[in-house]
Amino acid sequence: MARVVITGMGVVAPNAVGLDAYRIALCEGRSGLAFSQQMKDLNFGCQVVGVPPVSDELAERCMGPLLFKNSNSSMKYGAIAAVECWRDAGLELPTPDSDADWGTAAIIGTCVGGIDTIGDFVAPETNAGRVRRLGSSAAERVMSSCMSACVGGLLGLGGQVTSNSSACATGSEALIDAYWMIREDRIDRVLAGSSEPASIYTWACLDALRVAMRQSNENPRAAARPLSASAGGLVPSAGAAILMLESLESAQARKARIYAEVLGGHSNSGGQRNGGSITASNPEGIQRCVKQAVEVAKVKPEDIDYINGHLTGTGADAKEIKCISAALGRNLAEMPWINATKSLIGHGLGAAGSMESVATILQLVNGFLHPSINCEDFNPEIAELRPRVPQTAVRAHSRIAMKTSFGFGDVNACVLFRRWDN
Amino acid sequence: MNREQVRQDFLEMIKPHVRIPDLSTISDESLLTDDLKVNSARFVDIILEAEDRFKISISDEEMERFERVGDAVDFICKKKIAA
Repeated sequence: MARVVITGMGVVAPNAVGLDAYRIALCEGRSGLAFSQQMKDLNFGCQVVGVPPVSDELAERCMGPLLFKNSNSSMKYGAIAAVECWRDAGLELPTPDSDADWGTAAIIGTCVGGIDTIGDFVAPETNAGRVRRLGSSAAERVMSSCMSACVGGLLGLGGQVTSNSSACATGSEALIDAYWMIREDRIDRVLAGSSEPASIYTWACLDALRVAMRQSNENPRAAARPLSASAGGLVPSAGAAILMLESLESAQARKARIYAEVLGGHSNSGGQRNGGSITASNPEGIQRCVKQAVEVAKVKPEDIDYINGHLTGTGADAKEIKCISAALGRNLAEMPWINATKSLIGHGLGAAGSMESVATILQLVNGFLHPSINCEDFNPEIAELRPRVPQTAVRAHSRIAMKTSFGFGDVNACVLFRRWDN
Repeated sequence: MNREQVRQDFLEMIKPHVRIPDLSTISDESLLTDDLKVNSARFVDIILEAEDRFKISISDEEMERFERVGDAVDFICKKKIAA
């Protein structure tokens, strides 16, 4: 059984593009959320959104002119993140005529993949009787695996190239699935992560479900309020993040820089029973997930220094905290440090788990914790937790961190990392 | 628009699709797929772009005529005269 380490990362987040910029934005507590005139014009209740500041020039440089022209937002984000991750892992970008890289796979998931292509292009052209105008690339842009296929072709990957999808648990689940592929000696390297498009059609569905924050349109940076008494819903966002998971043996053989070890993780579902539903978690499911992840990781609950929570800024935050507290057997006042990256970048849906995992690793490696902003009015239901939540950036030499993600469908994912100390 | 102008425009248009190292070797006899390595799956995109760029329409049957660079250029010129 191989040990699994992280040797590269790439990120396209609402508050920063690229690892260095992201690290600085996290440390500064910089929000990537902004008011959307388009959402206001279309009568959305929530008119705040987080869209990565990606330039066409950067996307075209990563993808080449033809792929850039035939891509949608999740493909662009995924490609930029993948190219950064590849280079960050110390690898040379392959050329189009290179051999396939049989030793590297990709699991790059999404919630709603090609929805912008469908909504903006395929549906109107088809309904107007102009099917012919769709051209050759509509098919590869609408499929849910559009971003993994795009990255697979860019990098010539010859292992399994797939996209998982488990709503807001997608990004963390990709890491867990990649972990097992390497742990079980099935492959040496996996690009694992996720990408979520910027599309009003996705955000419209969340708005109609009335889970998005409507009370902060005039103050977008205050809209994402995980852990606060005045949390009023999630703030939708888009982006991508990809991590290179690699067997320790492979990493050491090529003298790769190692960020952290993936100690293990677990995905499960609460069955939409016992208080769970399509949109709510079964508390027992969360606890089982966390306990099993800790067991797989072979750590003691008291050794966990830091948790990057799912924490969406909805009424589910307190339930999440109580379930994790119960699963770890640590009362609220004695919980690990915990923060909510969503307070800065909104809810990236399928990309949330991976963007937040990159945030987790950056904090582990660089010895800080980013502020969990907008919870000055802390949720009184979990008041004892307050001292464990940094509201300004703090120095913290965390060694073992846990990332939790929970998604529609009552699905759960929990993964643990340990900083790599040479 | 004379034939040379159409030829230059056409070559500019297909440039992102061409996968050979030296574009100066392209001649009217060059086969789009076999010689210039244009992905045949992308042919429909080249046709759509030609329609937009040269303001002509090209039927599915006429699409078959885009075998060599010279054939495509001659076809576009004829269509433009007829338009």
